[in-house]
Amino acid sequence: MKRWLARGVIALGALTMLLPFWLMLVYASHGKGALFEAAPPLWFGDQLGANLRLLFEQLPFWRNLALSLYVATMSTILALVLCSSAGFVFAVYRFPGRRVLFALVLAGMLLPPYMAMIPSYLLIDALGWIDTPRALWLPTAACALGVFLMRQYIASTVPTSTLDAARIDGCSEWQLFRRVVLPQCGPALATLALIVFVSSWNNFILPLTVLRTPEMYTVPLALRSLQNPTNTEWGLVMAGAALASLPLMLLFAFTSRQMMAGMMAGVPRD
Amino acid sequence: MAHTVSVSSPPQRAAGRPCRLALAPYAFLAPFMLLFAGFVLLPLLATAGLSLCRWNPAEGWHALTFVGLENYRFVLDDPWFLKTLATSAWLTVVGGVPQHLIALPLAWLVWRHLGRGQRLVSGIYFLPFVTSSVAVALAFSTLFASDTGLANQVLATLRGWPLLGAWLPAEAVHWLSEPETARWVVALLVFWRFLGWNLVLYLAALQVLPSDNFEAAALDGAGSWQQFRHIALPQLRPTMAFGMTLTLIGGLQLFDEPLILAQDGRAGAAQTAAIYVYRNAFEFGDLGAAAAMAWLLLALIAVGSALLLWLLRSREEA
Repeated sequence: MKRWLARGVIALGALTMLLPFWLMLVYASHGKGALFEAAPPLWFGDQLGANLRLLFEQLPFWRNLALSLYVATMSTILALVLCSSAGFVFAVYRFPGRRVLFALVLAGMLLPPYMAMIPSYLLIDALGWIDTPRALWLPTAACALGVFLMRQYIASTVPTSTLDAARIDGCSEWQLFRRVVLPQCGPALATLALIVFVSSWNNFILPLTVLRTPEMYTVPLALRSLQNPTNTEWGLVMAGAALASLPLMLLFAFTSRQMMAGMMAGVPRD
Repeated sequence: MAHTVSVSSPPQRAAGRPCRLALAPYAFLAPFMLLFAGFVLLPLLATAGLSLCRWNPAEGWHALTFVGLENYRFVLDDPWFLKTLATSAWLTVVGGVPQHLIALPLAWLVWRHLGRGQRLVSGIYFLPFVTSSVAVALAFSTLFASDTGLANQVLATLRGWPLLGAWLPAEAVHWLSEPETARWVVALLVFWRFLGWNLVLYLAALQVLPSDNFEAAALDGAGSWQQFRHIALPQLRPTMAFGMTLTLIGGLQLFDEPLILAQDGRAGAAQTAAIYVYRNAFEFGDLGAAAAMAWLLLALIAVGSALLLWLLRSREEA
């Protein structure tokens, strides 16, 4: 008897969580007129095409989507390489400077993005990277959380005895990493990829400071440029928001398992 | 340079190849550390340096002058900065505390009453965290728009109801342009966005708790609430300390959500400290003051989270 009550509460909460997404999709399919009605639309209208046409007229939105995808993909690939090798080092080797370097990585995990905002901008400006994609994907790939994630995973799944056995069999350190450790890291790599991809796709502060022209905007900036106090084309804004969210939702639908299992690698257990 | 590194016998050193083994960690680490130093560590130091200078980059490098702690004195006297700090703290508490108050019992219910559905449900609650902050903030700004927003339409409908109607505002509420209501909408968005993260955190912690305690308690006639209160909660305390610290850290640096949502009210009650840092640097061109604020905010975050961890730990030991 209590069970259905609990399940009811959980389901009601879940529906509430989904409501803004639902309304985002519904509003994206309505024109201005329907949204000014006294009763809010709760079901799809027929203006999705018109809203999208308007969106692509006002913004180079395909280009913005492609740029976001490019930046997210590049930073993900780079982070996979850098974080897995750095995590491997912290999990496996004892060497002078290890403690200090790892402490720096831990500190970097919690460092707020606004802290680096000003000098990153100056650095990127000095490098001549303003308004270029690499101003976004290079910094995003320096993911301290990713190093921590990989370190925890490797330390808990790859036993030292396996490493020693591989070394005795004549494995070089590179082969050890490439052929022994990496193949066991599938779930952690998937988690890492997802975290970096999502944070790059959603990144707002960095593009806000280093991108200038709408042709170079990533999706969040493009969306923001739709917003102004006099613009009440909410259908258009929601169509853009939906286009920005759907790829992530799809990605999440297929990888939520790895992400949630692996995400807890960062949680201390004592 | 790497050749000069001396190694104090690593435990896994294999006979015959000490040199390669000693160099390997540095070689593997170098690419990440280069990028990390360039875009994370150096900027941090540079911010510290800038906070001791007065500089408007529009005037070129030669305009950079060392002024000591003057920026800090100036910033601490700036009533706007203190006000934005208060706003960040307010949003952290009002948007953050309910996350844990709801996520803890919710995680318990999900763990107790859902079998295979746990992953689906936690995925749904987690979804807002995965989605673009700008996209969801825009969705909220639509729902709380003065003219067409769902919130006002619901209010208008409820106003027709007997008794309840008399309690509601007589006219459409300008949610996002009134400072007082704008910060509540931002807090609601923050709550909605991060609730699922905490739910997943607590659910994972519950899943690894030993189950025999609960079985023994159930045999002794302890109900679900009693088991939650007396067995689960005490064991979840380290997880709570972790989760709440992250909420504090995230809350004090809120930027995206209030910037998008309360665009009209930027000078108003929804302007957070991180937004003010950004505006000082990129709109007012006062990099020194912005850097000093950034460091003060970081210090506040560090002290706040240390205090919170200490509070939650001391209760555990008491």
